[in-house]
Amino acid sequence: MENFNPATALAGGVLIGTAATMLLALNGRIAGVSGIMHGVIWPHADDSAWRWLFLSGLVAGAGAWLWLAPPAFSARSGFPLPLAALAGMLVGFGTAQAGGCTSGHGVCGLGRLSVRSLAATLSFLAAGMISVFAARHVFGIAS
Amino acid sequence: MSGAAIRNAAALFAGLFFGLGLAISQMVNPKKVLDFLDVSGHWDPSLLLVLGGAVAVTIIAFRFVLKRKGPLIDTKFHLPTATHIDRRLLVGSAIFGIGWGLAGYCPGPGIAALSSASIEALVFVAGMAAGSLIYLRLAVPRD
Repeated sequence: MENFNPATALAGGVLIGTAATMLLALNGRIAGVSGIMHGVIWPHADDSAWRWLFLSGLVAGAGAWLWLAPPAFSARSGFPLPLAALAGMLVGFGTAQAGGCTSGHGVCGLGRLSVRSLAATLSFLAAGMISVFAARHVFGIAS
Repeated sequence: MSGAAIRNAAALFAGLFFGLGLAISQMVNPKKVLDFLDVSGHWDPSLLLVLGGAVAVTIIAFRFVLKRKGPLIDTKFHLPTATHIDRRLLVGSAIFGIGWGLAGYCPGPGIAALSSASIEALVFVAGMAAGSLIYLRLAVPRD
């Protein structure tokens, strides 16, 4: 529990919820990052500009904060890149199959009181916990 | 400005707030995420507050937004229509969760972490795009 940061966690969460509300109230869109990304790599007609801009904003917003308030935590180093690639492939494949991720099913789906999104959220949380247990405590992958 | 240009600007700002929230809450640090998923280790509940803070906003704000006939600067809401819970949803979410637990990135933080020029995040995002493409190619019928 030594790294628990309740105040900034809550503040960041409220900002994320506000961003999702903005996108829904203004553009009528769900702020699901995997779904927005899938629309970019599998483009529909003239629908990809706002997606690229949202994703650019994501990078710029995070970058601005890391620049203004350099983090106290040290960046992870030496994480095996093949494992990062494998993890990325599983995340991409799984979120495409499930039609959403932590933001689409989690933040937005739960906000819409969607039972389908609740089922998805419970499934990826449970799988994530089992995966970390296996990686850290069974296979001893340091991360 | 045309409607599309205003929508694009709104998407950029929503992305900025979203990225800011991810950085303030430290969700761009994969170690924080893994420490949340590691319930048998030094559990860090921060992510629960991030998700809780975000959902507390959406669950209230979405009710008011979705009571309106449509969004402010588009003609209609673009909402998912699926409501059923099937194997595709649960298996996809589980595959996503496994990848999430391996590297500590879900799609939003993975993309936001590109802002810190992290090689592992770059490899993760490339893997994610590849994994999504594989699923979309397998599942989306082509003519």
